[in-house]
Amino acid sequence: MGYMLEGSTGAWEIVVGLEVHAQVISESKLFSGASATYGGAPNAHVSFIDAGFPGMLPVINRECVAQAVRTGLGLNAQINLHSRFDRKNYFYADLPNGYQISQFAHPIVGTGTVEIELQDGTIKHIGITRLHLEQDAGKSMHDQHPAKSVIDLNRAGVGLMEIVSEPDIRSPEEAGAYLRKIRQIVRYLGTCDGNMEEGSMRADVNVSVRKPGEEFRTRCEIKNVNSVRFVMHAVEAEAQRQIEVWESGGTVTQETRLYDPARGETRSMRSKEDAHDYRYFPEPDLLPLVLDENWVADLKAKLPELPDDKRKRFCAQYGITFYDAGVLTADQLTADFYETVAKNRDARLSCNWITGDFFAALNRKSATIETSPVSAAALGELIDLITDQTINGRIAKDVFEDMVETGKMPAAIVEEKGLRQVTDTGAIDAAVAAILAANPDKVAEYKSGKDKLFGFFVGQVMKAMQGKGNPALVNEVIKKQLS
Amino acid sequence: MSLTDLTIAEASAKLRAREISAVELTTAHNEAVAALNPRLNAYITTTPEQALEQAKAADASIAAGTATPLTGIPLAIKDLFCTEGVRTTAASKILDPFIPPYESTVTAQLKAAGAVFLGKANLDEFAMGSSNITSGYGPVENPWKRNGSDAKLVPGGSSGGSAAAVAARIAMGATGTDTGGSIRQPAAFTGLTGIKPTYGRCSRYGIIAFASSLDQAGPLARTTEDCAILLQAMSGFDPRDSTSAERHVPDFRAAISRGVKGRRIGIPAEYRMDGISAEIDALWQQGITWLRKAGAEIIDISLPHTKYGLPVYYIVAPAEASSNLARYDGVRFGARVDGEDLIDMYERTRAAGFGAEVKRRIMIGTYVLSAGYYDAYYLKAQKIRALILRDFTEAFGKVDAILTPATPSAAFGLGEKMDDPVTMYLNDVFTVPSNLAGIPAMSVPAGLSSEGLPLGLQIIGRHFDEETVFSVAAAIERAANFTTKPAIIAGAK
Repeated sequence: MGYMLEGSTGAWEIVVGLEVHAQVISESKLFSGASATYGGAPNAHVSFIDAGFPGMLPVINRECVAQAVRTGLGLNAQINLHSRFDRKNYFYADLPNGYQISQFAHPIVGTGTVEIELQDGTIKHIGITRLHLEQDAGKSMHDQHPAKSVIDLNRAGVGLMEIVSEPDIRSPEEAGAYLRKIRQIVRYLGTCDGNMEEGSMRADVNVSVRKPGEEFRTRCEIKNVNSVRFVMHAVEAEAQRQIEVWESGGTVTQETRLYDPARGETRSMRSKEDAHDYRYFPEPDLLPLVLDENWVADLKAKLPELPDDKRKRFCAQYGITFYDAGVLTADQLTADFYETVAKNRDARLSCNWITGDFFAALNRKSATIETSPVSAAALGELIDLITDQTINGRIAKDVFEDMVETGKMPAAIVEEKGLRQVTDTGAIDAAVAAILAANPDKVAEYKSGKDKLFGFFVGQVMKAMQGKGNPALVNEVIKKQLS
Repeated sequence: MSLTDLTIAEASAKLRAREISAVELTTAHNEAVAALNPRLNAYITTTPEQALEQAKAADASIAAGTATPLTGIPLAIKDLFCTEGVRTTAASKILDPFIPPYESTVTAQLKAAGAVFLGKANLDEFAMGSSNITSGYGPVENPWKRNGSDAKLVPGGSSGGSAAAVAARIAMGATGTDTGGSIRQPAAFTGLTGIKPTYGRCSRYGIIAFASSLDQAGPLARTTEDCAILLQAMSGFDPRDSTSAERHVPDFRAAISRGVKGRRIGIPAEYRMDGISAEIDALWQQGITWLRKAGAEIIDISLPHTKYGLPVYYIVAPAEASSNLARYDGVRFGARVDGEDLIDMYERTRAAGFGAEVKRRIMIGTYVLSAGYYDAYYLKAQKIRALILRDFTEAFGKVDAILTPATPSAAFGLGEKMDDPVTMYLNDVFTVPSNLAGIPAMSVPAGLSSEGLPLGLQIIGRHFDEETVFSVAAAIERAANFTTKPAIIAGAK
């Protein structure tokens, strides 16, 4: 049995489908030449087309279409060579035309599938129903003036991809894993920055509950949830609410709800009766979107390696665990960083350093790969110093900390601080002899059978050598002198 | 001959021969506009100073030898075309005030060709009407009169101001737009030629939309040749209009003299409708006789879905209009009536800004797109639209052009046909099928009614074959030798 919520009448299964709205990365908007860049002074990125001026006409942005196709390919989905735009009609102050140009009946991307991995290592497939292109609306702000609302149309007309999943998700964890996976894929592809805080990626979450084995029950849609964590919380909170409704003898009614993260609950936004009649019809200002098969093939050929493929390759090529490969391929930058470090070096040692000390340092410094004080070249050099026995592993950790603090290259630090590992047996012999001579009682105890004292001698010798002794050689010499 | 009575072709020749100057020509027109417009109401906005500046530039261009056939030619611009810096109204109060910061592609091309803009011509509000009575800026008077009557007649619509201006010689030519007959019907009512070219021939960029899949710009003028000259400058691919056609624009003027010898002309049985007047039918027969005499072969054809044209049109056009007109909400431009909240503001603004006919069509359009009605109305209409196109495609396998009457009647009186919108809609019965099919169609004056009013014949052609349409229209023009002038005309006392 999978994830279940326990109610007073027994176990309930959660059924979830997600609609992810992902803002397309492009120079200009979906149907106008205005900049699609985030930010800028209010209404600085608005053309007359975006503002819905009389006589203005949309013209499809080829790059946005390419981005949607790339995303579709990344979702292992059917690319529809014939698709069409429709108008979705409703009135709102930040929707200048009074309609949104979207794809209703004939989306550019059809069914696909993505793989998600759960905490326990289980792999699950989530079906993709479709991906369609549409334009974003502007932004209404109601807190800028005591009596008026103000509108910023910078976002109006920016391209959005709406990625709709099948109702295949069965737990908050799966919902989170799915959303992270979609984000990972679009980031790998460079088709959306996946930045949920800035709103360039948001999710509408459809939730229903049922007794195991039942048909689907009525679902509710939670609009515009803007973080992975909130999606997981919203699923749980909404499922609990519905279970209570059913178990108290009520009926869940289809409606649109909002998630309130402060209260950890969902509340009704509008019921089905108040739902808009969007009066969809084919957008007469645009011709049907017809893609050339060769063009799509070319986009496919130029697609970057996708996370699942990369992860499998890392396991095979570098001999690291599936888990580690997952960590290293979480995003493109980390994967590239790893491959730079591991190139012509010990791949497992590289993996250990990155997933261990390196990530810990980034975490501590609140840094990212991009802002890391330690470059891939620097970390590689450190690993080289370990591998060629210039320094030992313990010293390497000190050198690494120094690199994090100063940003210096490891060889320079080693030279500067004289941390080069001592492999000269003469020096080691002398250091060992001095320690043994200074601790005759301990030597006696050791010889009478107290084997544990061996570690004490190693520690003392290393301390005397400021940690620079080659550990293997130190062990060997101590053994020899004690025997 | 007075300067305002010249055709564009004649005036152009005189300008280039330096017999007249563009400033003289424009001044004559500015004066005629000032004299007649208060009565006809053909222009909503007149721009005499701008016209004079353009005329001066035209004279300079003629002197420099860079003139085109339109250089210095004074035109009326239907007030549905956005003109940079000049008030544009669509004859609707909801756009009061609106001064576009951009120029429509068609008018930009006319400007680039050296044309002079006398002003913005009146029209039915948002081009919705067949009589120009729905204008928020008052009706236009047709310069024609019934024999022995001074009753005011409508000029047709929606390009009624354009038609009245050109007929009354207060413009040499005009731009119009045609969604269901809005160029051809007023041309027929005022004794002019007017062509709706193939959908996609002219850019719609900057033309205030009525029904996007049907709207096409085109010219109205006093001769087929003048229409050809105007359409030449108005046509062409525009990357800013995705539905404009990336096709070569042929030499329309050359087609005028081509003749119709050996051309096959189709006569569709379904256009011989119940209630068609005897004189319209007689005119049609006359047209057939003329073309046969000129060497054309007359072939009976069938366009079986013709009777569905009007109902389909009055579903598709309002559907698109209901969406296209949603942007007039008082938020960003034009008129606003403040309200309690956003919805209240919308309702007050749109209630005050739109006239009755526009509201009616928004209601119809909203209804036919509504959940539960979409399949029965809009979807079915689209299917029949495809059948209407197929009718034409099949017919054009047998013929090169089709000849029909342009309108079921001559111009009617102001105040007539006003009781029932459907009666008014019947005006478009012969014209809407070519809009639905996207094919070119032209109205050419062919005779007078028993009451002395002009009547037109319509020539319909294949997609992007305006040349054949022009050649057939010119053959009728030559045979009809239509020289009667309207009662109200510039220079007349």
